[in-house]
Amino acid sequence: MLRVRGLTKSFVGNVVLRDADLEVRPGQVLGLVGENGAGKSTLMKILAGVHQPDAGTIEIDGETVTFGHPVQAQQRGLSTVFQEFNLLPERSVAENIWLGREPRRRGMVDTAAMNRDTEELLAGLGITGLKASRRVRSLSVAEQQIVEIAKAVSFDSRIIQMDEPTAALADHEVELLYRIIGTLTARGVAIIYVSHRLKEIFALCDTITVLKDGEQVATSPAAELDEGRLVRLMVGRSMSSFFPDPFPDTTVGEPRLELRGAGNGYVDDIDLTLRGGEIIGVAGLQGSGRTELLEAIFGVAPLTRGDLLIDGSAVTVRTPRQAVRRGLALVTEDRKATGLAVHQSILDNALGVVHAVFPSRTGEARRAMPGMLSTLAVSARSMAQEAQFLSGGNQQKVVLARWLSTRPGVVLMDEPTRGIDVGAKHAIYEVMRSLAAEGVAVLMVSSELPEVIGMSDRILVMRDGRIAGELPRGSSEETVLGMATGSLEVAS
Amino acid sequence: MTQITTTETQARPELVARPGTWGSRLATGLATPGGAVFVLVGVLLVSIMISNPNFTEPGALIRFAGRTAPIAIVAMGQYYVIVSGEFDLSMAAVITTQVVLAGNFIGQDEGRIIPGLLLMLVVGVLIGLVNGLATTLLKVPSFIVTLGTMLALTGLVRYITGGAATGNPVDSFRQIGRGGIEDVPVVGIIPYPVIILLVLCVASVWLMRRPFGRTLVAVGDNPDAAHYSGTPLWWIKTRAFILSALSATVAGILLVGYAGVHPSVGMGYEFSAITAVVLGGVLLGGGRGWVLSAAAGAFALELLFLLLTSLGVPSTWRDTVQGLIIIAAVALAARAWQGARRPRRAVPKNSERPSTNQPDPGTTTGEI
Amino acid sequence: MTRVRKLTSTGIVYSVLLLAIVVGAILTASNDRNFFSTGNIDNILTTTTILGFIAIGQTLVILVGSLDLSVPFVVSLASVVGGGIMAGSSGKIVPAVLVTLGLAVVIGLVNGVVVSLLKVHGFIATLGMGLILSGYLASNYQGSSGTAPRAFRLLDATRIGPVPIATLLMLAAALLAIWMLRRTRLGHHLYAVGGNAEVARMSGVRTQVPVIAAHVLCSVLAAIAGLLLLARLGVGQPTVGSQGNYDLMSIAAVVLGGTLLAGGKGNITGTLAGVAIFAVLDNVMGVMQTNPFLKDVVRGVVIVVAVAVYARRDLDRRPARFERPTGLDAALQEAK
Repeated sequence: MLRVRGLTKSFVGNVVLRDADLEVRPGQVLGLVGENGAGKSTLMKILAGVHQPDAGTIEIDGETVTFGHPVQAQQRGLSTVFQEFNLLPERSVAENIWLGREPRRRGMVDTAAMNRDTEELLAGLGITGLKASRRVRSLSVAEQQIVEIAKAVSFDSRIIQMDEPTAALADHEVELLYRIIGTLTARGVAIIYVSHRLKEIFALCDTITVLKDGEQVATSPAAELDEGRLVRLMVGRSMSSFFPDPFPDTTVGEPRLELRGAGNGYVDDIDLTLRGGEIIGVAGLQGSGRTELLEAIFGVAPLTRGDLLIDGSAVTVRTPRQAVRRGLALVTEDRKATGLAVHQSILDNALGVVHAVFPSRTGEARRAMPGMLSTLAVSARSMAQEAQFLSGGNQQKVVLARWLSTRPGVVLMDEPTRGIDVGAKHAIYEVMRSLAAEGVAVLMVSSELPEVIGMSDRILVMRDGRIAGELPRGSSEETVLGMATGSLEVAS
Repeated sequence: MTQITTTETQARPELVARPGTWGSRLATGLATPGGAVFVLVGVLLVSIMISNPNFTEPGALIRFAGRTAPIAIVAMGQYYVIVSGEFDLSMAAVITTQVVLAGNFIGQDEGRIIPGLLLMLVVGVLIGLVNGLATTLLKVPSFIVTLGTMLALTGLVRYITGGAATGNPVDSFRQIGRGGIEDVPVVGIIPYPVIILLVLCVASVWLMRRPFGRTLVAVGDNPDAAHYSGTPLWWIKTRAFILSALSATVAGILLVGYAGVHPSVGMGYEFSAITAVVLGGVLLGGGRGWVLSAAAGAFALELLFLLLTSLGVPSTWRDTVQGLIIIAAVALAARAWQGARRPRRAVPKNSERPSTNQPDPGTTTGEI
Repeated sequence: MTRVRKLTSTGIVYSVLLLAIVVGAILTASNDRNFFSTGNIDNILTTTTILGFIAIGQTLVILVGSLDLSVPFVVSLASVVGGGIMAGSSGKIVPAVLVTLGLAVVIGLVNGVVVSLLKVHGFIATLGMGLILSGYLASNYQGSSGTAPRAFRLLDATRIGPVPIATLLMLAAALLAIWMLRRTRLGHHLYAVGGNAEVARMSGVRTQVPVIAAHVLCSVLAAIAGLLLLARLGVGQPTVGSQGNYDLMSIAAVVLGGTLLAGGKGNITGTLAGVAIFAVLDNVMGVMQTNPFLKDVVRGVVIVVAVAVYARRDLDRRPARFERPTGLDAALQEAK
């Protein structure tokens, strides 16, 4: 009933999706898998009417359609559950679901009917414990996810896309989602299911489409694939030569950062030792607590139990400021949201942390900055240029300069190469190696498995907020993914 | 400094601090809203000189500068708060408080001038501290906090004065506001307010180049990034509020000389200051704009009023003109700073709201 | 702790109001006066009425994510324009009211369009509009201007039982606004746009409509307040609005009533309580013969403290994985 032909999309000259074809039939679940940046999200957003394709056609029931706005897609029976919640926390479940199409009677919003419809809708999905009048703010993540799905269903949708719907859910909550999907497919609704969790893909999907680097590499019935083959299709490339080797003079030294039974609301039971000269990679699925681990160490969401040792002595870090003073640095995942002040100059951004925490060192850092920016190969017109006009790679280098100028002993990196070009990636890998050679300890979170494997001396795999296990350098992607999804238990 | 060595990636030549020649930099600077206000001041000045030949006299100009100094100083104070992403509605009330304080504490006793000045500064710091701490630690929007301080201060002042003019500080104190260095060639007199304004301008520019100033703007631009960088947001913003209250204090000291002691001195200054700051191209919500542009905005506003007067427009229309300007300035500046194709910056109040998955074609992240 | 959490925001506001009344009654009684005497109640209701009208409008504007600083000048304008057209003749009441309200609609429309289409922040747009009107008033009206005929003045003087008819009108307006917010799409969309304009847009809501509508309603309500002041004073006064400080006081009342200054959360009932709290404070301080200027000090402190209390409640974080009560488990059990 949905047929997609030759969908192509590029952003600022970067082709992120090329010639994608899809076909979905009623009651079918189509799995869409691929690594980060493979083009899954772009494909979904085109189908949802958020982006418009550069080329290609979308047909519903044999009729070619174009969506200029999400509402148009919904009217054609195609709705989307995005990863970020699109709910109003201060409004009720029913008000959120029917926003923009509130049922009316004699011109007035019929609240009773709205609540009744909502309860019916939820009951139809097998949910009875969620009151239509509850405020969304008071709901748990899983309940909010259910509201999002109910909203998608409420358009009388025949096709529903779901982007990583289980990312924030605990295991027992995932069961509930499975049941909802079962109910929907039994009604003839088709599901396009995007997930990194291969177990879910195999449990739910009839057909699996694999995207890699914006191209469709395979579409095949799920029965003809197994996890191993699927992983090879997703990653299948040799990247070993791409990652620089450790510098010859790198030696693993004393522990610089240690966690003993540490935890807070988001991570638990964390034990790890990070030595100077080491690069440790942290792998795990979306929502497994990787970013939360870094934020716990850095005092963004401080640890509430266990011990944190820096250079052998127990310390408390309750704010990022304390973390910075103790020689920690955190390169955050989202440069624009938490990394840079994009309307300020390169120089101000690069000196941002020094300005804020070590004002007395400003002069020294400022004098060293031109040299540092040039070693990092930042390409810009001048240091006065605003950060917003830099490419992603150059922005990331400025973020690095910002932290390196504080002379940190431990560098925490969250997705350090997300969304940047190959050349900049390579430069950042070299910086990591160079830091290690100087005795700095590096803890890197990444969802790109080749990167984790290519750069790390050891790999920690996280699952459900805990460390599921540790793998040695050079483990295969299959092993890492297996441990991350829980399909493979490795004694650590 | 950490020595980074790279084996394969080519180091690039060092970046220059600023691009282009001095002249081309000036041209680009003037093309931003923060620079355009200086052009506006120039244009208005020429128009006034043409419409009113009296104004070509250097003496008249410098006296005008003296009259405008208090509002320019208040505008610079408001700038610190606005550029950090907040508002200060209490400035006018602080001016009134300080004026009344001066009138009653100093009185006719010359010996109390110095203690009086110190007391005023301490009171200024305290008010700024309260505004800042209530905003940052109690998480009350600064609009509400400074509204509360404004009500409390005006109430207190009227309670003390009974709502009428009281107290009259000794003349030598009032000289700060209305006196000047006399017998200067060409201009005749250099009013003290002009000197104070110049000193504050230099100090402000210096301060904004210091780590504090850079951090202040960064906090206004992206408070989250500043927090992750270890910035103590509460202390940075509180210092902005202290600076703003101190600026109001200085303006109060000058206004005692001009206007005497009355609980209505300073009325309307908070909104005039916001108008001046906005006219200077400073973005409400923070992160954009220069401190001198705020002062220039005050001059542009006053020159505009002067021009209207010399064109024979009754002074009662001032407000209307100010209203039109403030709307036009904000509508234009938001677009000009942002550049034509850039996504619009969220208004300040939105910063606390949940992020949405708004498509952003400017991003080159992998997860598009 | 848990008890406080169970109270809704409006619940808290009404508890504060109740507390204010109890304390007020005790203080009044200690001055050998009766807080609940007809005269005193009448005094409180009268103070509530004018600010009530304006605060209802202000609530709508704040809910949609904007602000209105032009209300005091709309109040003044309504009083002089209405008074000018009536000019003491009862036959002209209807045209005067219609023209005044029409003028308010235009002002609100301009505010709304500047905010929603020119994307100028509500603070600046309405500050600008306020200044524009203020200049017009100062240029065209010196001193009081225009008179209300006796018939119109009855609007303020008539009482049904102890309740002034103007207060009833205000309550009727409040009910209408509550009905609008709860039972019309416009009301629902007002909350949605104030809560998150992008989510509203993605759901197919035309985001400009609620913004413009809220501004128009706010100006109209302010104009009604101006006409009531005309009825009370008998003459139109070009400064009656700015003297009342209605811009900041109405915002304060709205925020005191538990509405979020950033929009998207709050209600009219809370605002009415906010207005009433101010009225009770004023009244008690009046009875106690507190210096009128100290009232402002108390008001200022009350506003900041109240909002600080609300802010504590609204701190929210991502839901925790560990250390959290399992809210869904119950739902799961039921589902199984």
